[in-house]
Order: sequence, then C-alpha cells, then structure tokens
Amino acid sequence: MSDTSPLLEIRDLHLGMRSYEGEAHVLNGVNLTIRRGEIWGLAGETGCGKSLTGMSISRLITTPPGRYMGGEIRFQGRDLLALGEPEMRKLRGRHIGMIFQDPSTNLNPVLRIGDQVTDVALQVASHSPELFGLGLGASRSQVRAAARSKAIEMLERVGIDNAAQRARDFPHQFSGGMRQRVLIAMALVGEPELLIADEPTTALDVTLQAQILQLLRDLVASSNTSVLLITHNLGVVAQICSHVAVMYAGHIVESGRTAEVLGSPAHPYSQALLAALPKAGVARGQLANLPGRVPSLVHAPPGCRFAPRCSRAVVQCSAQLPASAQLSDSHQAACIRLDAEVAA
Amino acid sequence: MTPPPLVHDMPMVELRAVTRRYALAKESLFGRRPSLTALDQVNLSIRQKQTFGLVGESGSGKSTLTRCLLALEPIDDGQILYQGQDIAHLDAQGRLRHSARMQIVFQDPYASLNPRMTLHDIVAEGMVIHTNLGLDARARTARVTELLDQVGLGRTHLYRYPHELSGGQRQRIGIARALALNPEFLILDEPTSALDVSVQAQVLNLLHELQQTFGLTYLFVSHDLAVIRHMCDEVAVLRQGKLVETAPTEQLFDAPQSEYTRLLIDAMPATEFSA
Repeated sequence: MSDTSPLLEIRDLHLGMRSYEGEAHVLNGVNLTIRRGEIWGLAGETGCGKSLTGMSISRLITTPPGRYMGGEIRFQGRDLLALGEPEMRKLRGRHIGMIFQDPSTNLNPVLRIGDQVTDVALQVASHSPELFGLGLGASRSQVRAAARSKAIEMLERVGIDNAAQRARDFPHQFSGGMRQRVLIAMALVGEPELLIADEPTTALDVTLQAQILQLLRDLVASSNTSVLLITHNLGVVAQICSHVAVMYAGHIVESGRTAEVLGSPAHPYSQALLAALPKAGVARGQLANLPGRVPSLVHAPPGCRFAPRCSRAVVQCSAQLPASAQLSDSHQAACIRLDAEVAA
Repeated sequence: MTPPPLVHDMPMVELRAVTRRYALAKESLFGRRPSLTALDQVNLSIRQKQTFGLVGESGSGKSTLTRCLLALEPIDDGQILYQGQDIAHLDAQGRLRHSARMQIVFQDPYASLNPRMTLHDIVAEGMVIHTNLGLDARARTARVTELLDQVGLGRTHLYRYPHELSGGQRQRIGIARALALNPEFLILDEPTSALDVSVQAQVLNLLHELQQTFGLTYLFVSHDLAVIRHMCDEVAVLRQGKLVETAPTEQLFDAPQSEYTRLLIDAMPATEFSA
C-alpha cells in the first residue's frame, strides 16, 4: 500500500439514533479522509457527534437504537459497515486502537495492570501471532510468555519506570497520568494503523496533558500510525494535530491542515469557537459570545444546521445543506456565503 | 502596570502561615501515624473587589485551601482572617454567619445540583437555613425570581429540575444559589472547566458583570491558565501545599520567577493561532 492512499475514508455517513422524541439524525453526512501518519483533530461542542463518529469507526454503536441510514466507512479499502461482529473483533485492538476519556473508569480495579495489558496482547496474538514473532504452531505457554513480555515492553515505551515490577500493581496504585499511559499502552499493543483517542487528556492537569500529547506524538511518529483525536479543546489540536475537522450538529463544517483552519478559519462556526477563547487583548467581560445552543437533532433545522445561531445567515442558508467549498488543496468549508465570496 | 487604587488595599482575606495536615493510616501497629501536609505555611492576602487566581495541579492543596476558607475544615496552625476577624476557630453560630458572607460555585454543575429539587428550592435553600434573614416563602420566591433574572434565566425556570437544563444553564443556577445570601466573597472552584468554550465565554462574562454590579471579591481556582490570565488581577501558584509564587497577573505570565510557574505556562495550550 502506498503512503498516500487513504487509510480511512468516511463518505456521507448518516446515523440515526432512536430517542423518546423520535429518531434523531445525529450524523448528517460526515465526510473525512485520513492518510497514514496524519494526526486529525475532531473538534466541536458537546453533542455535535464527535464521539459518535469515533465510535462508528470502531463499530461500537449498538444498532438499534442506532441506525446507519447511508454512507460508508472504508478502512484500508474495506467497508466497515458491511462487516460482521467477528470480523470487527479482529480489527479492533489490532488495526484500530482506542483510548477513552476517563482513565479511572476504563481499567478494571480488581485486575493487575500487567494482566490487563497482557489480555489485550493475547487477543492480538490470537489473530496475528506473527506480530510477536510466533509461528502458527506456538504452544499456549509460549504465546502467554510472548504476550506478557510485549505488554511490559509497551508499558516501558509509554514511560512507566520499572515496568516489570509496576505491572504487578493494581490501578489504584497508579496516578491519573500513569493510568492514561497504561490505556495508551493497551491501545498500541497491537501496533494499530489507526488510533482513535476520545478526549484522552481532558481529565488531566495541563502539565500532564502536555506530557501525554508529546508521548502520543512520539509514538505515532515512530510507528507511522494515524490518529483521530477527539477533543473540544482547540489548544490541544494546535499542540499535536496535523489536520483538524470542526464538527457541528452531526456535520463537518470545516476541515484542513491545522495551521490553515485555526489560522484563517472560514466557517462562521469555527470563527465563533475561536473567538470565544479567552486571550490577551480581550477585556474582561468582553469575550465574544456564541448565542443559542446546538439544535435538537430530532427536528433539526433544514439546510445549514448552524444558520439559526449564525450572525451572517441569509434566507438561502435554510434552503439546503451547503456543499463544501475548496479553499486550498486541504482546506474545505461548508458555507454558502463562502461559495458566493469565492465566486465573486 | 499602574498600581491598583489604594481603596482596594485593605485585605479582605488574609492567610498567615496556614498549615493543614491530614492523618494517614498507620504503617505498623505501634508506629507513628504519618501525616500529609496539604497546606504548608501558606501566606496569602486577597484585597477587596479583586479577582485572585489560585493555580495548581491536582493534589496541590487548592481544594483544601478553599475548604479552610469556608471554615468547613479546621487548620492545624496559622491564622485565617476575614476582614481582620479570625475565622479558623468559629463556633457553629459563627460558621453560619460566615457562610452568608462567603459562598462557593462548584466545578461540576451536573453533580452539584440535587436532581430531586426544583431550581427554586435549590436557590432558596440557603435562605431557609439562614432563619435570621426572616424571609417567608413569598419573599424567598421573590428573591429567587430576582436572582434568576440576574444570572440570565427567566421565571419560567423556577419550578424546573436540573436535568432540564444545559451545562451552562446549570452553572448559572449554581451562581444564583451562591448569590442568594448577598455574599461579599465568592470562591469560584473551576467554574467553567466542565463547559464548552462558547458556554465558558458566557459564564465568564456573567461573572465579570456580577462582580461589577455587586462589588464582589473572587477567589478563582483553576488549572486553565488562559482563563486565569483573562479573569484575575493577581495569581498565586500552589504546589504540594506550598506557595510557589504570588504576583500580579501580567507579571506572573510575562516574567515568572520560579521554574515551576514557567513549566506551567509552557504547558499551556495556545489560544491564539496565526496562519
């Protein structure tokens, strides 16, 4: 596989979610392409569909209540939506790794750290023994030993001192930052091509956050892994991501290289998000306001879903979902005002 | 930087060599009981009507400090003065009176509102407890309505429950509750860290507006340095129970004196991006 062919390609993905009020159209035509070695940030407010996009890739959304209404998720050329659960199990952990937000609830409190990482390694070994240098005829004890040493090697790589000894500790003996390192070790034990990290540093202090982001960046660089980093913090995006997609109400409104999107945001929503950040030169009490809130997706407004909150909205905005305008080779934004400006 | 006006110079709150230790479990049956020093000889002085920032990582003693200030927790050594009066050794009556002057807004607006109480009852609870205010039910409801209006919620919200509100609206209720007894001093314990940036901007603007209107003094606790820089006049950095550095905000960010403060500032995610 050449390095420029996309690793992951999400095309026009639509997801409905059953709720008491009716079916909410939570993903409304998501398009996203991730190539090898790219670190993508997926940013937006709470409830805009960031996590659902991540969970759709690893097929962790139960259907029902979820319902895929259209589109495809191509991973290494295969459509994940067409795969059954047994095939997906082979992909998860080995080809698609995942890290979740809260390091304290994602580890089993009554199992030793080393055993939990080894479990993942064993799972990987059952599908791809070659990753651990094992032949097909390896005995169970050989597999176990290989998985154990791989687990400890991974714990060392994520910066846990004395890994062989600390592997015998329980999660409560680890601090928050250490637990997050353990989860990263678990996610990377199968050397996945794609890592989905859902708010991996939100529960951590700034100094730890910087360390964990640095660690992620180093690991990714050394293994050519691609990352989808889900976050609501644009500062985090700027620190680590090569590309960013800004999401609003189930739709990616703007995407492109981080420097382009954050440096010259084109979509009114991205602009509003950036303007709301406290920064030097803004007087106290004068932070830019983004009025309103994310609309109900059961009765989503027709056309551009941001229009009701947009300061630049015109009548045509509510007519139909705006197509993406290409602003540079990587930079796209979905706003009809932009189309007009480009054409003018 | 021009020096702050002299009127503000009288300290509202003063901590003098405050020390707080927690007893830990014994390591052996006849051994000494080890202790953890959560606050170690902390000296602080917060002037009236200023916003004082408190920064530190988890475990640095931020929460212990706020609990001691609220007289919810005793101190082992030192003095805490509120307008010159010692508040570290109050009796129950004194604590009740103290709580009317100093209130707190909590970090998590999802956990800090009782899900089984209406918003009216949540905001009015302090007025029920402080019987000396002599407010009857009608007067309390009038006051709650006034408070909701001040934090930007309408009277239609009076008899709703917390689950019907968004995170930002809930935090407004938390603020209304803290303002109910007309306090002079508010502790803001990470008031926006559970909120989206857009909502954070609204809540920060509201807090500033309320400070202007009511002449409040704020202690703003946060680990988000961008928010601290935006909101505070003076900042103290706490690490492992010790005060590392205290300085006017601009000075702290432009020329941090300690290695640790520099480290924190360097770890700060950017909030401005250039093309």
